[in-house]
Amino acid sequence: MSNPDTAERAPVVLNPALAYDRSPPKPDAPTPNEERWSNVHAPDAMRATTASAETGTTSANRALRVFLRNPNAMTGLIFLVLVVAAALLAPVLYPEDPLSMVARPFIWPGTNSTYPLGTDSLGRDVLSGILHGARISLLVGIVATVIGLAVGLIIGSTAGYFGGWVDDVLVKLIEIVQTLPSFILLVVLVAIAQPSVAVVTGAVGIVSWPTVARLVRSEFRAIREKDYVVAARSLGYGHVRIIIREILPNALPPIIVTSSVMVASAILMESALSFMGLGDPNLVSWGSMIGDGRELLRTAWYLTAIPGLAIVFTVLALNLIGDGLNDALNPRFTDER
Amino acid sequence: MANASLLSVRDLTVKFPRIEPVRNLSFDVSEGETLAIVGESGSGKSLTALALMRLLPKAAQITSGRIDFSGRDLLKLDDRSIRSLRGKEIAMIFQEPMTSLNPVLTIGRQITESLRLHEGLSAKAARLRAIELLDLVRIPAPHKRIDDYPHQLSGGMRQRVMIAIAVACRPRLLIADEPTTALDVTIQAQVLDLLDRLRRELSMALILITHDLGIVTQWADNVVVMYAGRKVEQALPEALFADPLHPYTRGLLNASPRLKDDYHYTDGPLTEIPGSIVSAIGENGCPFAPRCPIVRSGCRTRVPDLLVPAEDRLVACPVIFAEGERHVAARGL
Amino acid sequence: MTAYRRIGRALLRTALQAIPTILVIIVLDFFLLQLAPGDAADVMAGEAGSATEETVAALRSRFGLDLPILHRLFAYLDNLAHFSLGFSPRYNMPVAELIGQRLPGTLLLMLVALAIAVVLGLALGSIMAVFAGKLPDRIISVLSLLFYSIPGFWIGLMLIVLFSVKLGWLPSGGSGTIGSDLTGLHAVLDQLRYMILPATSLALFYVAIYARLTRAAMLEVKSQDYVRTAAAKGLSPFTITTRHILRNALLPVTTMAGMHLGGMLGGAVVVETVYSWPGLGRLAFEAVMGRDFTVLLGILLLSSLVVIAANAVVDLLHAWLDPRIGVR
Repeated sequence: MSNPDTAERAPVVLNPALAYDRSPPKPDAPTPNEERWSNVHAPDAMRATTASAETGTTSANRALRVFLRNPNAMTGLIFLVLVVAAALLAPVLYPEDPLSMVARPFIWPGTNSTYPLGTDSLGRDVLSGILHGARISLLVGIVATVIGLAVGLIIGSTAGYFGGWVDDVLVKLIEIVQTLPSFILLVVLVAIAQPSVAVVTGAVGIVSWPTVARLVRSEFRAIREKDYVVAARSLGYGHVRIIIREILPNALPPIIVTSSVMVASAILMESALSFMGLGDPNLVSWGSMIGDGRELLRTAWYLTAIPGLAIVFTVLALNLIGDGLNDALNPRFTDER
Repeated sequence: MANASLLSVRDLTVKFPRIEPVRNLSFDVSEGETLAIVGESGSGKSLTALALMRLLPKAAQITSGRIDFSGRDLLKLDDRSIRSLRGKEIAMIFQEPMTSLNPVLTIGRQITESLRLHEGLSAKAARLRAIELLDLVRIPAPHKRIDDYPHQLSGGMRQRVMIAIAVACRPRLLIADEPTTALDVTIQAQVLDLLDRLRRELSMALILITHDLGIVTQWADNVVVMYAGRKVEQALPEALFADPLHPYTRGLLNASPRLKDDYHYTDGPLTEIPGSIVSAIGENGCPFAPRCPIVRSGCRTRVPDLLVPAEDRLVACPVIFAEGERHVAARGL
Repeated sequence: MTAYRRIGRALLRTALQAIPTILVIIVLDFFLLQLAPGDAADVMAGEAGSATEETVAALRSRFGLDLPILHRLFAYLDNLAHFSLGFSPRYNMPVAELIGQRLPGTLLLMLVALAIAVVLGLALGSIMAVFAGKLPDRIISVLSLLFYSIPGFWIGLMLIVLFSVKLGWLPSGGSGTIGSDLTGLHAVLDQLRYMILPATSLALFYVAIYARLTRAAMLEVKSQDYVRTAAAKGLSPFTITTRHILRNALLPVTTMAGMHLGGMLGGAVVVETVYSWPGLGRLAFEAVMGRDFTVLLGILLLSSLVVIAANAVVDLLHAWLDPRIGVR
């Protein structure tokens, strides 16, 4: 069977908690944490906890600066803002249903200024479809990621924090789900429940949780042995509180990096599903536009090319941002760039 | 010391973007001689060694100086020529035997690699030669061990393999950078004995880089003491131990516990040199001034010249010759 | 001899450990598919157009679709115990035979794609690592991110537009020239012409992953002491890179490649659709749409086996690449 520990090396990210430990602790700095701890006589634990909170914020500032100075990440951010703007402006610019016929079919892009991206075989405006498609892509991408993150966080943190047989069972569960090719599972799920935006979103979320769970699990396993966690445990704090207040903040950086990449892959999955005809039939999506255009590949390839470029543009933006976040949050690799 | 000079380093300066870890360093090594370069970590010893091999990290730059090796200036050679010298005429052993061997190749493969490259031996001939070499460095059952991977050997054994790799092509100069620091005390003497024996048998010159003065007494013909990238003292070992001149050398001798019984010098309590080598950064004068017990105001304005108090002897400290200070310095610290 | 026996024993243990996993997967898959509205009889009746209640019921009882769920599960497991994957109502043939027809095409496609991805990924990753921080690194870095962002089906379609519609160099679909009686080298070349575009479309995404992974791994290895030792021997940068750095950097790449085999089968669904490649991915999709769950169960089971086998191969490969691991 696959060895979960070697498999965990897969995402090339360092435990960010290591970076925090390098900063000198500042026990005197007043932080919200300190108030909670003030009448408890456990100086080491206190120092460790306030230090992690304190250096956490300065490190976040540093990371933000690195991110904002990264030209690739900034390009990605600008791209993404454009896509978001397109999604928000779609109903204003094109209040009409993008599936309605507006002109004669097969107007090539650039030949008619009213329809800058042309029309398809049914005379639908391609630009309107692209703008409305951005709504679906972003919606599915973001909501599916939230679902995947939530499930993955719960399962991964439980497995990593408690260890023992809980860990064994959950790792086995993760392993079993990962043994199934995720896209086939996705097709099965969507086909079973009938295609709609909600189903597609849920299915993409369900398919993507194991990656998060594994990442969170390995982070939690590393962090739970840290002094401040041991100290918090010895002071009798509840598991949920330790998980949420002590461990999670330190496990966040790699999760943040992963989530931007997850949105990207969720968009890719949604487009592939719609391309296969498993999208919501009542809405226009980039994938379904490509699926429709495919039949006319020989005569009107622009119908396939344009929505594809929209997907590449959006996904590339998210991956550029993910890369930038990785560089900013895992300082070791930034030196080499 | 009458032998011809094999290696001659003049005014070598190594520069990183912000610091200069080796500054205006000069020394000579004669054929068959063992030169010890001594200093604490951060004194620039290892970078000097890497500079001799032209293996400095990319960020480092040699900004001045020349390194003459049997008539050629190593700093002027192109990459191809320097590669043909490395492992062939100048070889090097590193500090960490545990990580200096490639974990996924057999030791035989790692030894034959340079034999096949430099001597053009066939695979079979190289293998036989590698077995001989393993025997030479006293590895038992060499014909079996040759197919072992590094993780199957102990630290001492690995360092022997490193030595076998280094001497494979009978180099004229062997640079050993802290060759025994990572090893057990019992193994240290064996490895140094081995190096010394090989030096004589293969008539190599040896540069022994160490922070351990105990090693120097037994194995070196000549000693260079470095501090913060500069040579602060040079002497024959007997002279150095009998009468260390530079305050830093004195500090080192006092901090070296093993010498206590052999030398009358450390009658006083065992003392560490106060402060840290980091204090040398940004000093315009003598780099040791911030930690020096006999520092004068003049020390901090200009770098002291190397003075020649006796034959075969150099020291970069004018203060010790000032009246009264010699006594104070000798007992002080 | 003993080494082979050790490997054999390790493989046997892997197989035994996999059995409970597979059983759980079968049962889970089975119940998952039961949640779907409709069955093969509905779809077949719908496609036939003029089916009556009676004919549909007759179809159901013929394929045992009217039995209770648990009953059907045990019947399926019983079949498996007899090394049978059941019978497909839709294709009217045993599932094993059906899969047997489609499997070679998909395996070939996946392996060629994986080979392209690994070779190209290692090459690009090495270039990036060697020129880390310089222009080639930056260009390939952005390029690989672009590969990583392109949907496989879309690049498939674009490649068709370019290479078969516009240039006419390569066929736009299928897996071989129909009715041709080519033999020997010509047959292989013919097959290859049909293979290039789908394999490339499938590989591109993974090229990006391996290139980035190789880069990171090589930069990590580059700073190891033994690389300095190799340089001190006077080896050329090329020898150092290939013999000392790349070999150590291969470890994480093989792990990932093994893990990706399952994912590639998912990608094959889309790419096979684009190129009308008669493979397992396409069959899976048809089975879902036709509610032919015996076929789908067979494919899911098979793909789980492929993933498990791939992991075992990765373990063996690791033992070979890294003598410290050894076959456990």
